[in-house]
Amino acid sequence: MSYTFQWGVAFDYLPYLLGGAFVTLHLTFLGFLAGLIIGITASVAQVYGSPLMQRVANIYVVFFTNTPSLVTAFFIFFGLPEFGILLSPYICILINLALNAGAFLADVFRSGIQSVKTSEMEAAEIMGFSLFQKVQYVIAPHIAKELYPPISNLYIIFILGSALASIFGVEEITGRAFNVDSETFRSIEIYSIAAIIYVLLTFAASFFLAVVGRYVFRVKARIF
Amino acid sequence: MNQVEIKGLFAEYSPLLPILKDVSFKIEAGEIISIIGPSGSGKSTILRVLVGLLHPSKGHVIVNETEVNFKNPSALKSMRETMAMVFQQFNLFQNMSVLQNVMIAPLKIRKEPKMEVEARAKEYLEIMGLGEKFDAYPDELSGGQQQRVALARALTLRPKILLLDEVTSALDPEMVNEVLDAIRVLSTKGITLIIVSHEMAFVREVSDRVIMMDDGNIVEIGTPEEIFTAAKTQRCREFISNILQH
Amino acid sequence: MIQQFIDQAPIFFTFNNGIYWLRALITTLSMALIGCVVGFIFGFVLVYFRTSSIPWLLPLRALLIAYVEIFRRIPFLVLTFLVLFASRGFGFQLSLFWVACVTIVLIATAYIAEIIRAGIEAVPINQWESADVMNFSRARTMMYVIVPQSWVFIIPPAFSYFVMFIKETSLTSQIGAMELMSAGKYFNSIGISPLMAYGTCLLLYFALSYPLTLLGRRIEVLLKNRFKGNMAALSASNQ
Repeated sequence: MSYTFQWGVAFDYLPYLLGGAFVTLHLTFLGFLAGLIIGITASVAQVYGSPLMQRVANIYVVFFTNTPSLVTAFFIFFGLPEFGILLSPYICILINLALNAGAFLADVFRSGIQSVKTSEMEAAEIMGFSLFQKVQYVIAPHIAKELYPPISNLYIIFILGSALASIFGVEEITGRAFNVDSETFRSIEIYSIAAIIYVLLTFAASFFLAVVGRYVFRVKARIF
Repeated sequence: MNQVEIKGLFAEYSPLLPILKDVSFKIEAGEIISIIGPSGSGKSTILRVLVGLLHPSKGHVIVNETEVNFKNPSALKSMRETMAMVFQQFNLFQNMSVLQNVMIAPLKIRKEPKMEVEARAKEYLEIMGLGEKFDAYPDELSGGQQQRVALARALTLRPKILLLDEVTSALDPEMVNEVLDAIRVLSTKGITLIIVSHEMAFVREVSDRVIMMDDGNIVEIGTPEEIFTAAKTQRCREFISNILQH
Repeated sequence: MIQQFIDQAPIFFTFNNGIYWLRALITTLSMALIGCVVGFIFGFVLVYFRTSSIPWLLPLRALLIAYVEIFRRIPFLVLTFLVLFASRGFGFQLSLFWVACVTIVLIATAYIAEIIRAGIEAVPINQWESADVMNFSRARTMMYVIVPQSWVFIIPPAFSYFVMFIKETSLTSQIGAMELMSAGKYFNSIGISPLMAYGTCLLLYFALSYPLTLLGRRIEVLLKNRFKGNMAALSASNQ
């Protein structure tokens, strides 16, 4: 049995599929942003928190880094209604993304915090900085530069991971591909185009992040 | 008989940055030649060309009366059969013990019989003062010990020409002497030695001739006495007086 | 809700169900294992050819570089669909298990090839030169000198990718593969509350993933102790 390619049909839907890229972008952007906040909080709790805070943060991080994103998404999507909380698929995925991203980012931030030289911290201590001030003036600038590459890298990974949103009906790239496939049955062509869109999107995102890194954070990474 | 002859050698690492500009000299079998000069003058580059790690852009390299064709891999291979080189650092294979390091090339590359290679390897390691360290790994040894292993490894190849590229420059000062002592022992074995070094006292003591280089050119060649006390060129005199004024 | 747990517990916590979960777990683990082992082998082959300096292999090298860059940027879910539809479309009746394995192999090869390449480049160049001067061929240099020293740079990230792929297999439930995630969906569909069904699913993935993560860290520490010299060289060259 051989498959006859009909690329023309697939290309008709190209604008629709490309529109999915925007959904992917704002979904991942918001989710990752929330993840950054969660991650920083968790990492600070892990390094500087009380024993209880450390415990809670550690459990959170260990849990979300060792369980699949799909399963936590199912748990949130189907589990929350059991408690009477009804949220749109988009919000559920956003929360899932934020929680997962937060855990991985917490690990990155934690290694960053621990790499700040103790002498800098001691100087800040002597000058009477509060914890918040230490974070602001000593830790944050140092790690912003050092952690920018791994964080950018994680963002790209999460763009790819956002594909699972399609399973819950969110109309991002994969979701739209699924819709078009149900109508036209040109599966190979549709999903190939979707794959290509992801490849181009991640290349563009990497490039953009590298440029921002070079000029805003002065990170010396290859732009391409 | 000239063992090594270099004529009109030009070499560069990248097209805009020539390192060697028209270098020529001859070395007889069994001679001990030292090359001195400021950083960037091309001293190490000459060694790298001789051993085939860098191809010259112009000029001739003649080893054992045969001109070396750098484009021919098997010609390079046969040229290297008679040579051995010790680098400034990271010589030894970190994943092998001392004895394995010394034995591996004759055993696996030249396919010599194991008993012979082992006996020779152990002998040279003993001469280098490392008889207790056959099974140690490089990261358990000091820098000086590692370089002595590297020398033993080079000797086990039974080279006719041995190239030493600043072998003490990366060492802590206390370890420099043990390596220099090892080289002194080497110098009595009749192997041609080409030494690039900053250790002026040592160079003066051990060399038959000294080459002084600057900016890719040979400034002067002479015996140690000539170079160190009565250099003919201004540049050479400047260099010597700068060095000797610690 | 607590009432629901009490009601469903006897139906849920049975021996047969336990076997069901166990089989699903084994399926998940085997998919990831097969995919990663084969991907590791292919990764090495890929890097060997990619770093070759033989001129007429240049088009192949370009192809290999393109392969790595592209397959690291396709989402697992999308590729799973593609492999499924492409294999069926061209007449290969692969079982869903093997569709999953093929997907993992395709992506793992790309990721692991990158790690291997970085690992080999991290070995100080003097090691190549020392071997070169002693007339080692390229293959022999790789075999005796470079690859043994690159393990410390390759194994830790490769291991963490292995753990990642175990989690990624959950996506194959979307094409119907009978692995751990679809076991969760099955139990949810026969009436077990989603919290119990997917909660158990989460715990089992955790039970697979966390010990392996810890093992990976252990291995990393062991390797770093063994190759102190190369680690120092790497951090020196990074300054």
